[in-house]
Amino acid sequence: MNRVTVDRKVDHAPGVDELGREGSTIRIVATGQELNEVERLAAEPTTAPAALPIADEEAVFDLRSLSCFYGDFRAVRDITLRAPEHKITALIGPSGCGKSTLLRSFNRMNDLIDGARIEGQVLYHGVDLYADGVDPVEVRRRIGMVFQKPNPFPKSIYDNVAFGPKIAGYRGSMDELVEESLRRAALWDEVKDKLKSPGTALSGGQQQRLCIARAIAVEPDVILMDEPCSSLDPIATLKIEELMHELKQNYTIVIVTHNMQQAARASDLTAFLTMGPDRAGYLVEMAPTQKLFTSPDNRLTEDYITGRFG
Amino acid sequence: MAGGARAHALTTTEVVRQRLQGRRLDVGGTIFEGLLVLALLSAIGVLVTLLVDVFTDGLPVLLSRGTDFLTSGLSSSPERAGVAQGIFGSILLMLFVILLSFPLGIGASIYLEEYARDTPVTRLVNTVIRNLAGVPAIVYGLLGVAVFVGALGGLTGGRTVISGGLTLAILVLPIVIITTSEALRAVPTSIREAAFGVGATRWETVRSHVLPYAAPGIFTGTILSLARAFGETAPLIVVGAIAGTFRYSADNLVEQLKGPYTALPTIIYGFARDPDAEFRANTAAAIIVLLVVLLAVNGLAIFLRNRFERRW
Repeated sequence: MNRVTVDRKVDHAPGVDELGREGSTIRIVATGQELNEVERLAAEPTTAPAALPIADEEAVFDLRSLSCFYGDFRAVRDITLRAPEHKITALIGPSGCGKSTLLRSFNRMNDLIDGARIEGQVLYHGVDLYADGVDPVEVRRRIGMVFQKPNPFPKSIYDNVAFGPKIAGYRGSMDELVEESLRRAALWDEVKDKLKSPGTALSGGQQQRLCIARAIAVEPDVILMDEPCSSLDPIATLKIEELMHELKQNYTIVIVTHNMQQAARASDLTAFLTMGPDRAGYLVEMAPTQKLFTSPDNRLTEDYITGRFG
Repeated sequence: MAGGARAHALTTTEVVRQRLQGRRLDVGGTIFEGLLVLALLSAIGVLVTLLVDVFTDGLPVLLSRGTDFLTSGLSSSPERAGVAQGIFGSILLMLFVILLSFPLGIGASIYLEEYARDTPVTRLVNTVIRNLAGVPAIVYGLLGVAVFVGALGGLTGGRTVISGGLTLAILVLPIVIITTSEALRAVPTSIREAAFGVGATRWETVRSHVLPYAAPGIFTGTILSLARAFGETAPLIVVGAIAGTFRYSADNLVEQLKGPYTALPTIIYGFARDPDAEFRANTAAAIIVLLVVLLAVNGLAIFLRNRFERRW
């Protein structure tokens, strides 16, 4: 096969990143056929968040060129996306692409990690969460979180749910609030006779619903879910997904998931992230879930959702 | 082929059985195991010898004199000498340790683990504390002489139980910090995140979750450090615990704090040094008292740990 060598200017084209692009010029050693493929990939549109029909006023989150760092390491690069109100936005992508890091920047959970910092903006209803004077405690009270591994407090089921409202100075009937939160988390019927027993004694799926009840007990506006079903069996997973569907009437949900079927089943919008050669995660494509899974614009997305990599 | 395999089935089973049962003599493994058992037996042997020696000497004293040995003061005649002042002195010293090193050590540890950012400075502080825990006790004794007896002599009254208590408190401070830190680290990060996630401040997270869950570990560690302080002799001798005889002078606590004092391990040291051979039995009896106290303290620590231990 004849190989040709060409130097070629490229703009931000993730499809060719894997070829070891340096700066904005790459040297390609390839056969004619391979070269055509590279040209085709490079010509494809890269990210499409701008094309999303999410108006300013609908966007609960508006990320502008967000990069997340741990010390000198950039984990997430230059992400611009919007998450609309009362919808489920899913973040998918291969392991290590920074989905969780990105999600944890939505409620300043990464502040707790030494050396973590961001560049860019995270606008929440138009307010920059990282602006001076913004109290991360207040941020987290409004933007709740459900974690990958169920993490109930080693206290009673009742105390698990009541802790958040109590420290927030809730003055109404705590019993009613606990019951209401457990009902909304579809757990009440299973635990109503044993509210005093420890939350850690529940099954994994029940624990995760307890964590959801705990999150919604403080009446947040948003619930962030970081792979909430990764340690659950399929039936428990299904229950959580049904629950998410119920919850989006009242809450905005952003979920990170490894499970593409879950994103396809449960979410309204999907953002696909992957890792560049600098090992930083970046946004490849964001679209309504239906579209992203049936006719993605980007070749990388297509490869990922059809299981060809990742 | 299939027919052949069936015909040979029995033979195959036998071959497999033979192979599975064929035992090689594992020479290296056997020697290694033997050495391990030998190491264990040596350790137990030394311990048992010590205990037998101490108990054969000391038990008759305790049995014949009963509580008299515990309630009598120091005396130059072996049949009247007891450990009462030592027990009293040790209790006073432990009060200093509990009141000073527990709050200071636990506080410092909570700050280091829960509040301080991970900077080169905090890493240095942590390393220094770990090394301080390994510094020989006599060095703390010399520190006690220089600081509490010397520089702060006006406040402590010189070679008093106050100086001794402060010295022991400083001695166990690094140990308290380290054991508390380990108990705090055993609380998973996910629990902290759960609390922060519902809008808790750092103080609310520490108060309502981290500290209660770490409490059993903190109790265990601090009690063990108390036992360590209880058995220390060298620094006390340096900062002036009396190893000989003194009059049980004081009428009130302030006078006792400012007067001469001794501690149980120091009494043992004093008994052992006494040229009168009859004190030998007293030494052993005092050692038994000390061992019983230490066993009781360690037993309490183990009980607390098992009672409240939490698995994540």
